[in-house]
Amino acid sequence: MEERDLICVTCPVGCNLTAVLEGDELIEVRGGGCRRGEAFAREEVTDPRRMLATTVRVAGGDGPLVPVRSAEPLPKALLLPAAGLLRRVVLKAPVPLHQVVVPDLLGSGIDIITSRAMPAAQGPRD
Amino acid sequence: MKSLNCDVLVIGSGPAGLAAAASARETGAESVLVLERNRELGGILPQCIHTGFGVRVFGSDLTGPEYAQRWVERAANAGVELVTGTMVLEIKPKLSVLATSPRGGLLELHAEAIVLAMGCRERPRGALAIPGSRPAGVYTAGTAQRLVNIEGYLPGENVVILGSGDIGMIMARRMTLEGAHVAAMLEIQPYVSGLRRNLVQCVRDYDIPLYTETTVVEVRGQDRVQEIVAARVDAAWQPVAGSEWTIPCDTLLLSVGLIPENELSRQVGIELDRRTSGPLVDQHYQTSIPGIFAAGNVVHVYDLVDDVSEAAVEAGRAAANWAAGELLTPDGYLQVEAGANVHHVVPQRVGHRSDGAPAKLACRVQRPIEQTARIAVRDGNQVLAQRRLRYARPSEMLDIEVPARQLDEARGSARLIVDVTCPERGQ
Repeated sequence: MEERDLICVTCPVGCNLTAVLEGDELIEVRGGGCRRGEAFAREEVTDPRRMLATTVRVAGGDGPLVPVRSAEPLPKALLLPAAGLLRRVVLKAPVPLHQVVVPDLLGSGIDIITSRAMPAAQGPRD
Repeated sequence: MKSLNCDVLVIGSGPAGLAAAASARETGAESVLVLERNRELGGILPQCIHTGFGVRVFGSDLTGPEYAQRWVERAANAGVELVTGTMVLEIKPKLSVLATSPRGGLLELHAEAIVLAMGCRERPRGALAIPGSRPAGVYTAGTAQRLVNIEGYLPGENVVILGSGDIGMIMARRMTLEGAHVAAMLEIQPYVSGLRRNLVQCVRDYDIPLYTETTVVEVRGQDRVQEIVAARVDAAWQPVAGSEWTIPCDTLLLSVGLIPENELSRQVGIELDRRTSGPLVDQHYQTSIPGIFAAGNVVHVYDLVDDVSEAAVEAGRAAANWAAGELLTPDGYLQVEAGANVHHVVPQRVGHRSDGAPAKLACRVQRPIEQTARIAVRDGNQVLAQRRLRYARPSEMLDIEVPARQLDEARGSARLIVDVTCPERGQ
């Protein structure tokens, strides 16, 4: 039996959890104030996932970047490769909110979408 | 000079300003105006591209820009007038403000009520007295966040972060995702000062070395930062001789706290709280000057934007009621004090009233309690309200409601004291 200490990231409380494992199997989750803690622990010890938020370049936009995020949490191992890939993406203004920037990112089945609109440039910035 | 009138005037369009304005209009104020000095609305939200916003208010996990967008829509739909590129220079005691904009020039606005929603500034290096040379490469974490997320400029490639506030931890992850190397995060306290979920998602996930009870004792470099000298500190935060080591880096980010922006408040003579560094307010977020209200980080530093919006909705409602002549001045106040293990409490005073509404008190603890704790409100020795807490951490704001009947009973003692203790240790 192995015990692993976790901090739940589901909400801002950040409960201390202990996951009890036998081999790869989760036997028990101790601690935590709600049921979401158990679901988090189960995913965290088998397939940890996080939201990704970064930016991509915009050509001809009111600003030089538009922020993007994953539509759902991505497998943790994809975060750095995904951020590297997105650094090379250039969109053309105007860009609407929630436009798909990269569909099915790296075969994850999860889209990368914009998290704001970026209108085309309108004269010099003051 | 152009002169205008409105019912409720809101200074700042961050999460507090937008929510206060929308709420004032929804409460019935006829003309509500928001003045924003930046070229776009949302305050700091547009550069907070990470998720974690709006889980409670909107029931979905949004980024800062999305959260701002929702509130801009709500305010606009309510009929709030949103003005960007306009900076308030002065508030006058009889509820008028002097503002200026590149297009409109100087402008005087008269209001029945004003809501202060100017937010915070970051504590700069000068406030820390770090010895050493003054090379380029030292930034506050929020400035770096703006450079990376709005301007598209990576401020450095090899980074040390001083302080473990939420913005610092979020920037540790952000710089890593942009290809920079974060060599270390140093925290002078024995515990992380931001939220625990950020410790997991931003620091541990990326194997960023975190040194607690450690600070920067020297910055070295001529034109650009070349290295910093780190040292362990003792319980009095003094560097321990012989513990120093150098960390090569080209950038030092500071995440060492936020200070409410108080220039306008000071100038008009609003009473400030020494603990929060923001305006002293009552349960309606009314400041010491009748008709001037305050909401959000300008009052005290919040850790969650949802809490900012909810408090600002209250402030906006009260401002609208004041403008309509429906918010009465109380005939006396209960003073609210920070008791055991409490750093500060907001509101700082609660006016006597007979509307049957409870008073919601928000506080921050001084030391963490990593087990079941108790928050209690007492007047002298009698406990008026209490509840159990799963944990009590300085990074997480706590709140408690005192029912109206208990508020009435406390009138005689004239004060409320908030304690956060650990019952099992009998403190």
